[in-house]
Amino acid sequence: MLNNTLLRVRDLRVAFGAHAVVRGVNFELSAGETVGLVGESGSGKSTLARAILRLLQPAQGSVEFLGLDLLKCAPEALRAQRRGLQIVFQDPLASLDPRMTVGETIAEPLKVFEPGLSAGARRQKVGDMLQRVGLSSEVSGRYPHEFSGGQCQRIGIARAMILSPKLLICDEIVSSLDVSIQGQIVNLLLDLQDAGMAVLFISHNLAVVRHLCHRVLVMYLGKLVEIAPCDALFASPVHPYTRALLAAVPHMPHAAVAAAPAAPGEPASSGEPAASGEVDTPGEVDTPGEVDAPGEVAALDLTASGCAFRDRCPYALPVCETSDPPLLEVAPGHWAACHRSHETLNGLFCAS
Amino acid sequence: MAGSARETLRVGGLADAAVRRLRSNPAAVVAVAALCAIVVLTWLGPWLSPNNSQTLDWLHIAARPGMQSSHWFGTDRLGRDLFVRTLAGTRVSIAIGLAASVISLLVGVSYGAIAGYIGGRTDHLMMRLIEILSGLPLIFFVIFLTVIFGRTEYLLFFAIGAVGWLTMARIVRGQTLSIRQREFIEAAIASGSSTGRIIVRHVVPNVIGPVIVYATLTVPQIILFESFLSFLGLGIQEPGASLGTLIAEGAAEMEAAPWILLVPGSVLALLLLSLNIFGDGLRDALDVKDG
Amino acid sequence: MACATRSTSRTADMTATLSVDRLRVSFSHRTGSIDAVDRVSLEIAPSECVGIVGESGSGKTQIFMAAMGLLPRNAQVSGSVRFAGNELLALDAPALNRVRGSKLTMIFQDPMTSLTPHLKIGTQLAEVMVAHLGVSWKDARSFAGRMLERVHVPEPQRRLNQYPHELSGGMRQRVMIAMSLLCEPSLVIADEPTTALDVTIQAQIIELLRAVRGEFGMALVLISHDLAVVAGLADRILVMYAGNVVENSIAAELFRHPRHPYTAELLKCMPSVSGPRLARLPTLAGQPPRPGELLEACPFAPRCSRAADRCRIERPQLSGSAASQVACHFPLTS
Repeated sequence: MLNNTLLRVRDLRVAFGAHAVVRGVNFELSAGETVGLVGESGSGKSTLARAILRLLQPAQGSVEFLGLDLLKCAPEALRAQRRGLQIVFQDPLASLDPRMTVGETIAEPLKVFEPGLSAGARRQKVGDMLQRVGLSSEVSGRYPHEFSGGQCQRIGIARAMILSPKLLICDEIVSSLDVSIQGQIVNLLLDLQDAGMAVLFISHNLAVVRHLCHRVLVMYLGKLVEIAPCDALFASPVHPYTRALLAAVPHMPHAAVAAAPAAPGEPASSGEPAASGEVDTPGEVDTPGEVDAPGEVAALDLTASGCAFRDRCPYALPVCETSDPPLLEVAPGHWAACHRSHETLNGLFCAS
Repeated sequence: MAGSARETLRVGGLADAAVRRLRSNPAAVVAVAALCAIVVLTWLGPWLSPNNSQTLDWLHIAARPGMQSSHWFGTDRLGRDLFVRTLAGTRVSIAIGLAASVISLLVGVSYGAIAGYIGGRTDHLMMRLIEILSGLPLIFFVIFLTVIFGRTEYLLFFAIGAVGWLTMARIVRGQTLSIRQREFIEAAIASGSSTGRIIVRHVVPNVIGPVIVYATLTVPQIILFESFLSFLGLGIQEPGASLGTLIAEGAAEMEAAPWILLVPGSVLALLLLSLNIFGDGLRDALDVKDG
Repeated sequence: MACATRSTSRTADMTATLSVDRLRVSFSHRTGSIDAVDRVSLEIAPSECVGIVGESGSGKTQIFMAAMGLLPRNAQVSGSVRFAGNELLALDAPALNRVRGSKLTMIFQDPMTSLTPHLKIGTQLAEVMVAHLGVSWKDARSFAGRMLERVHVPEPQRRLNQYPHELSGGMRQRVMIAMSLLCEPSLVIADEPTTALDVTIQAQIIELLRAVRGEFGMALVLISHDLAVVAGLADRILVMYAGNVVENSIAAELFRHPRHPYTAELLKCMPSVSGPRLARLPTLAGQPPRPGELLEACPFAPRCSRAADRCRIERPQLSGSAASQVACHFPLTS
């Protein structure tokens, strides 16, 4: 365990009634890391985020934040820890109280954790924070409905960042925004990421995750099926579900973009996409035109043993029905939960 | 969401928008005007008339309404001026209606918000209590208490208060349950706000819209209930008057001197109608979802 | 139903399936009126697949809501929308209802809200056929079952007896697609059909739309904010910005040589899972103008790095060849 481990999640399980949503998740996060958590609907990623923050009560497991188990500590201790652990939600407008001005919303964490601050000092901090997220400090008297989606998301980020948290969880923060605005918010996050602040970036948008994260966790039906450094995950995914996810992302024929000659004074556009023509999907697709994951994330009988992905996996073996593969390290820092991981790594892959 | 052509781009607080919308609703404006007129009249009216509500004018027993005598609305069986008496009665009814509404608002909102937000076993117990209280046959309860404590106005307050807050609590609890799942509440929890702070600063301001509307609609209900109790003889006693007692007297004289019933009856009807129209207008104005 | 003969006869028919001419849609509000679609003209040829791409406020959905007569009461529409020779905006309700749902159908973004929650799937599907084709309920149900098979819904007979909430998102979208095909439409409008779906299901639905197009041969309008989704299916792509069509090109041309600065920026802004990792995501400063702020100027000028004075006072018109049209005073050259 590294000395700068910020968060340790051990065997976390969350169930809603009889329905198990998070089924035993283990991972660690270090200071300064940006970790992506990808998965589709039903994967349990949002539930996982809320469980980490103890916004709901998990059935089992531990969440150690700077050594203190958040799930077992007293409410007072938990609340004290909250200043270091913040979250930004998916729906920018819904996460802001419609009856409070944005200034009051951003100031609320200050009122809770720094009650000794004078009103003037508080106003100053709020104004500074608004400027840091790219808004004018004069808008603090306005109400959320007066802002656009991207602006609301900036306000949400301002609220989360005002106490300089050590860990920021971003739950699908750009999913409801226009494409041209997504980049603004992501870049803002990169700018605000103070030295040492870790980010858990939850998203179903693999492309955004790819450019943002150091490490990626892939979640399917309540379990982590693959953990890898970002480059390794996209270059050589091991788990069939990860491969299916990557194959399913629709391609855009990325030509050499006819870059507009930059206006004088503007820096040359960063991020020129790669060479022209179609780019091959990593990994091999069986038949042209056939996607790798037929069927749906159906309501699987999760009490049954075996791998949760077996019904949709083109490479399933009989052993997959009976034995749930554990998450094993298949390469340095690269973990996968599949009985056939070694075959993938060796470049062999035969459909069963 | 952003840029939807159907969003009304409002500037300023939601209260300002509500007032604006209310002003553009003609029925509500008329209702508010009528209410103001009634209230002003009940307080100033007695000054306008030379009579007072207690004097028995033996010369004009059960006199018809008219402009000739000083009794513009006529007199009742005992010769008391109906104009002043009705205004006095209206004053009492409005006062009771407002006071009871405010009490039921305060008690009901606190009770409902706490039950709805905390949930679980606490909510369960609190709701069962409400159900038990709702189940009590209220009229019999009031009669029972009258037998024990005699007829006082405090009993009236108590009975009305006992009724008013129950439904308010239920409504607030329902509203709180739907608010509780919204993301900004989660955000407030994640920011470290305590339960009390969340209830006061986040839950109550967001449920207050429907609550205020319901409160304005309970005022007429309470006035009606008070009138009913007084009509039964369980409320305001002589020589005091409320619209209910006046109507009771008028009902007895209905055939011979119908105005004794019609005057307080019309005032009551106008009052209730205006309150209801105002309440409806308020609900439309505070409805955040635009068409 | 005979599909093969239909597609051959369609290629001989040269009239546009849908023809929009100077369509203007605005919404009246207390504070004034808000323009959502600003004098848009476009044509959809028979059997063509056209992608309409734009961000929020671009008006891409409103055009087709106007065509289908689904705009709210406070909407004001002017201009012309002709479908198979009929002026849709002039049709009264009964006439419009004969066209909607049979020859001109729409698939919406969220199938949960566009399917009636308290009616079984079979009933909803059969209803369409009974209403438009006058067949009996029994025949309608059996045909509905066969249509569900064609859209690859597993266990179609069982699904007919289920309610919408018992189906997953992807399955519901397949039901919507089936519903839109029941009466052999000439034009299907798909409004963000995959946006609410997971990426693996999205891929399946795109495949399904491709297969269905091949089989039925109808024209398809695919509205999306995601260029990549549209890339796989569209013959032609229209890019919309703030209520205007800014570029109208053959798909391959659009990706190879985008001519409007907005298109180029949009292409740049879409991060890909392949190619080199970027330290910062490409972005476009500012935000789309709020509806109602339209002036006699190029709507993109405030955000355009190439904007000149002319752009701020004169609104550019769509011009160019059949293969590629652009509304810009200084279009990008290849």
